[in-house]
Amino acid sequence: MSDAVIEVRGLRKSYGAHEAVAGIDLDVRRGDVFAFLGPNGAGKTTTVEILEGFRSRSAGDVRVLGIDPADAGPAWRNRVGCVLQESAVEPGLTVRECLALYAGYYERPRDIDETIALVGLDEKVDAPGEHLSGGQRRRLDVGLALIGDPELIFLDEPTTGFDPSARRQAWSVIAGLRELGKTVFLTTHYMDEAEHLADRIAVIAGGRMVAAGTSRALGGREQMPARISFALPEGVDPEELPLPATMDGDRVAIEEAHPLSAVKTLADWALARGVDLPDLDVRRPSLEDVYLHLTGGPA
Amino acid sequence: MILHQFRYDLLAFFRNRQLRFFTAVLPVVFLVIFVSVFGNRSLGHGVKASTYYVPGLAALGVVSGSFLNLVISVTAQRESGVLKRRRATPVPPSALIAGRALAAIVVALFVMAVLLIIGRFAFGVTLAASSLPSVTVTGVVGAMSFSCLAYALSTAIKDADAAQPMVQAIMLPLYFISGVFVPNVNLPHRLRDVAAVFPVQHLADGLHRAFGPTTHGAGFAWADLGVLVAWGAAGLVIALRRFAWTPSARAA
Repeated sequence: MSDAVIEVRGLRKSYGAHEAVAGIDLDVRRGDVFAFLGPNGAGKTTTVEILEGFRSRSAGDVRVLGIDPADAGPAWRNRVGCVLQESAVEPGLTVRECLALYAGYYERPRDIDETIALVGLDEKVDAPGEHLSGGQRRRLDVGLALIGDPELIFLDEPTTGFDPSARRQAWSVIAGLRELGKTVFLTTHYMDEAEHLADRIAVIAGGRMVAAGTSRALGGREQMPARISFALPEGVDPEELPLPATMDGDRVAIEEAHPLSAVKTLADWALARGVDLPDLDVRRPSLEDVYLHLTGGPA
Repeated sequence: MILHQFRYDLLAFFRNRQLRFFTAVLPVVFLVIFVSVFGNRSLGHGVKASTYYVPGLAALGVVSGSFLNLVISVTAQRESGVLKRRRATPVPPSALIAGRALAAIVVALFVMAVLLIIGRFAFGVTLAASSLPSVTVTGVVGAMSFSCLAYALSTAIKDADAAQPMVQAIMLPLYFISGVFVPNVNLPHRLRDVAAVFPVQHLADGLHRAFGPTTHGAGFAWADLGVLVAWGAAGLVIALRRFAWTPSARAA
């Protein structure tokens, strides 16, 4: 069996003159938790709905579990679970009834009680779906996507609009999917969500992929210089500093690929000069810095 | 698979207060009011008004149980993403639609039966045993046709909150001119001609025929059934061409 669960080449989707997805390539391997990260309107949902077989595409090749989702039938749907961006509960049904209804749609469903336990709704089995909190509904959504025992699960913005505790709960359920060996394709506009959950991240902005890789290496983050900064000591002229520096207000900033030796040089100089380097800080660019840089401003 | 869906759709129906009220309780309320207020008047030919109202309101019950019930729930399920999520599973779409329609038909027949039972025991409007097949057939044909029409109308409603008022706006005038609320012999010709185009009158007439004191034998109203089937078929064609699983496009 091929290792590639999702393969996308040159995917495009236009709505009239507007190109929502402007040529993207993607590879997701079996067992990966893959995060598709981007600001609102970047083309995330358009892409995921093409992969789920809900939308047609304008151009490009798409293979999901070896099949073009545009022609996918029930056999393919048996292997894929979808948590849609917006989907209400089944009106009038309890948590267990809802899962029993969906279990009946699949050839080889998972055990209902086990699935309820997996998404942490044991306490709510007999509660009507309408009485669940937002976070609990989302966990029911995940349970419904899981009930058919799929190989691949799509999660479209699973925690948008959640308070921090509901997000943490949803995260632990999603992390549990990895333990089951499922391949997960997650879209999100939260950088910390991608960093917390995903093995691999692709960043999309304006319908184009701007970066892809592990969260450590994303956007060349490993190669980026670290930034050393401190407050300019009193009575010191910036010209006197032993390394090329820029001034940021009354703070000195030095960009260095090898911060350790630079800090040593600075410390030796400061001790010889008899001054302190107040509020010294050494920082690698955070994923957030990289993300904001890649997507062209605060999301 | 159809029966699986049917079971849960029926369960969901009985748990939904709004649907229960508008489709099952309201027709009973209408029946009690109309028969209590007007029931003892005579319509001529020795026909008591109650004999007229019971089948007429049974028609309303059938329409409520199938048409109103389906338009409201299908529109709501589409707009809230429930239908879309079901389509993300391997279930055949035909099973979803057939299961839901079957639940509506059963509800419609149930409402009709309740109205007839109330008519029989509270108001003494009896139905000859020989008419039972024709009442049942008329009810089933009516419920099926109105279910098709419901799927057709649901494609034209983009907002779940608009479904209920939209159905009432269409149906209330039709009830008035189709012999449900007012005996249509009292209506001007022109209104009766208008009513004759629409399916409500034909459903009501089909049931009136079965109840009519002058009816002997089965009392099938073949012409009325034919019109109902034609409307149902038209609804089916529209539904097949326009039915959508995903919420209406909104500014996204």
